[in-house]
Amino acid sequence: MKTPLELKYSKSHEWVKITGEHECEVGLTDYAQDSLGDLVFVNLPEVDQEAVKEQTICDVESVKAVSDVYSPVTGKVSEINEELLDAPEKINEDPYGAWLFKVVDVEDFEGLLSAEEYEKVVEEEAH
Amino acid sequence: MAFKTPLYDEHVRLNGKIVEFGGYLLPVQYPSGVIAEHMAVRTGAGIFDVSHMGEILYKGKDALANLNYVLTNDFTNLKIGRIRYSVMCYEDGGCVDDLIVYRLGEESYLCVVNAGNRVKDAAWMKEHLFGDVEFKDISDDVAQLAIQGPLSGEVLGKYTELPEKYYSFIETTILGKNCMVSQTGYTGEYGFEIYCRKEDVVEIYRELLKDERLVPCGLGARDTLRLEAGMPLYGHEMDETVSPLETGLDFGVKLHKDFIGKEGILNRVNRHRIGIKMIGRGIAREHCDVYKDGELIGHTTSGTHLPYLKGAYAMALVKEDLPAGTKIEVDIRGKRVEGEVTALPFYKREK
Repeated sequence: MKTPLELKYSKSHEWVKITGEHECEVGLTDYAQDSLGDLVFVNLPEVDQEAVKEQTICDVESVKAVSDVYSPVTGKVSEINEELLDAPEKINEDPYGAWLFKVVDVEDFEGLLSAEEYEKVVEEEAH
Repeated sequence: MAFKTPLYDEHVRLNGKIVEFGGYLLPVQYPSGVIAEHMAVRTGAGIFDVSHMGEILYKGKDALANLNYVLTNDFTNLKIGRIRYSVMCYEDGGCVDDLIVYRLGEESYLCVVNAGNRVKDAAWMKEHLFGDVEFKDISDDVAQLAIQGPLSGEVLGKYTELPEKYYSFIETTILGKNCMVSQTGYTGEYGFEIYCRKEDVVEIYRELLKDERLVPCGLGARDTLRLEAGMPLYGHEMDETVSPLETGLDFGVKLHKDFIGKEGILNRVNRHRIGIKMIGRGIAREHCDVYKDGELIGHTTSGTHLPYLKGAYAMALVKEDLPAGTKIEVDIRGKRVEGEVTALPFYKREK
């Protein structure tokens, strides 16, 4: 399982790539995609939609089940990765390349986990 | 507490993701994933551990009369070496289970039932025994493998003769172990099922897997394959509140004979099982409300994204039989998504 050091993480298995003082990209971690299995459907948020930290913002579906995606930050959705709508399998193939949405006007990045902290969360969950 | 099949350690060794199903710990998928496993069965060959299934024997002069009374199908003209599908009903026409019946000999039959229903089935069957019949639940002694897919005959044929006809079986040996091999399955694909003693199954499984064309498949693919093939699953398309006629199993119900639930079945034909193809964006799963012209007409019983057909499909029980092409709507988590009634099965293999 990969956990790139340069990214931040949430306990609910989203990754955050900080791209500016108040901007970031959000995606699903390697552990998340592996646990979900083959993804076959993605519901993305709307552009300009409000993102609220730790609240459901969109969902992804595998053959077996639907899973909510939680926003790891509070801000405003500025862009969505429309490519995933027709190719959700990209999340399985390249979880850290397949960003789901970008957020601007991010209030803060407090409370997010480092790669090391996130790996501990995963380890506990796996047991 | 969940049981382990004799192949449990093999599934763990193959990195199967283990879940509980029907009281058994079984792999829902292996690292290859549900889609790859599903496609292996449609285009190559896959192997499933189905040892959780229940096996019940009827033997004796009145074995046939018992089966004809407790089951909805008629076994009178079932030949030795042949297999027949049936439903078992309560008095009120609701389903106890669905099963297949093998005629082993002049006066002996084997019923193969769903794992999660086995105890209930055996109790129901026992309660209604009559005459000269020996009844035995041999589930704990028997292991079962399913080898499914267009290449399954080639793979399995290296070890044994094969039954030539669909729904027939032979008694044979694999690696010197006594087995029964039938041309049956739950995938809508050409394929076989092997019954053997539980002590022998690990050796057979390992030997078969030496053929790299054979892909180990889990419960996830078993479910998507049966759904794609439009096959009902107990607990979804049928249960104690649904009659076999409502869920479209007319072919397994013979009304010319007397059996438990006959009157109940006739008094309850209020619903129909239909197939739905989603047109709008969304995957209908089970328990979604189905609407036609704004009116609630029923609910979905199973649904997912089907890997071979590459689309979202569902089965539903609705109050009127709707022709293919009828536009309906499915409530997917509060959102009405457009779908279209589609003939079942969704997928039919070319012969």
